[in-house]
Amino acid sequence: MDFSAYLIPLLLAFVAIFGVSRQVDVYSALSQGAEEGLRILLRILPALVGLLTAVHMLRASGATEVLETALAPILTRLGIPPETAALLVIRPVSGSGALAIGSELMAAHGPDSYIGRVAAVMLGSTETTFYTIAVYFGSAGIRRTRYAIPAALAADLAGFMAAAFAVRLFFGVS
Amino acid sequence: MAMAWIWTGMVVVSVVYGLYAGTIGAVGSAAMEGAASAVELCLSMAGVICLWNGVMAIMKACGLTEGLSRLFRPILSRLLPRACRDKETLSALSGNVSANLLGLGNAATPLGITAARRMAQGCEGRASDELCLLVVLNTASIQLLPTTVAGVRSALGAESAFDILPAVWLASVISVAVGLLTARLLSRLWRS
Repeated sequence: MDFSAYLIPLLLAFVAIFGVSRQVDVYSALSQGAEEGLRILLRILPALVGLLTAVHMLRASGATEVLETALAPILTRLGIPPETAALLVIRPVSGSGALAIGSELMAAHGPDSYIGRVAAVMLGSTETTFYTIAVYFGSAGIRRTRYAIPAALAADLAGFMAAAFAVRLFFGVS
Repeated sequence: MAMAWIWTGMVVVSVVYGLYAGTIGAVGSAAMEGAASAVELCLSMAGVICLWNGVMAIMKACGLTEGLSRLFRPILSRLLPRACRDKETLSALSGNVSANLLGLGNAATPLGITAARRMAQGCEGRASDELCLLVVLNTASIQLLPTTVAGVRSALGAESAFDILPAVWLASVISVAVGLLTARLLSRLWRS
């Protein structure tokens, strides 16, 4: 029994009881949030149609394997499975692109496989770095970004390595 | 425009490589399959995404976001002492961090931008050390419940969609720590 089996139902109950005790209309908040969730889905669906089409094309052509083989010597040394090569490349640049590649990896290898879990943890523990930097510095009028990009990319690389390490630690390689 | 180049690049690379490797037939059918799988994926993760968005909305309505942001004020004042001398910057910063933690991206970004704008005053277009730290904090994801990923996992039939949580937390903490340490280190080397 893993602890998330307890966490999810207990969290649901806690949030509901906490809300009611504070006289929050939890049910209408829940449905409003769910409606917002639908809006999020409507926003990512068109992007995913385009990107998953391209990702499936790349995979079928065999081009992703070329990238995996090319990066394999470095990635294996860092403890990162080479199958995730395309995900590493796209992750800092495009959030929906990374979601497309990651979900394709999870579907191809299985969500409970080593590769599938590493892809999921990578998606969950990193951000669309270049987009975020552009939004923040762009709106603050910063042109000289100094060491922000190398530091953020170091965080990404550490996140990728840590994702593979954490999955091996908690689930083993299977 | 960036996405136009990325998408075009992906399609062109797969067609060119497909012609070279003789896999072009498979590329065509994969394109159709990919488009269909996008809709399937969205439909099958819709329930999970909507449910967790609803739960997040309850947390927000209960004031849990404010509670969390109060919790982060002391840490932020230590991390970004100059910015936190300003009350409004501090409240925007702590709101940004707590919204990020709860995965409320729509709420986190405007707060972060407000903080960045205030911190950039008098910088003349040059990122200060604290602004670099703020950006690193935001580029390293620190989400407690990665609901989209869990949605994808449950849509694909994972046994327990959230069982990756401890791994995600560990990886996030390592990534944020490495980012902040690298920024600290580089701030000494980067004099310009």
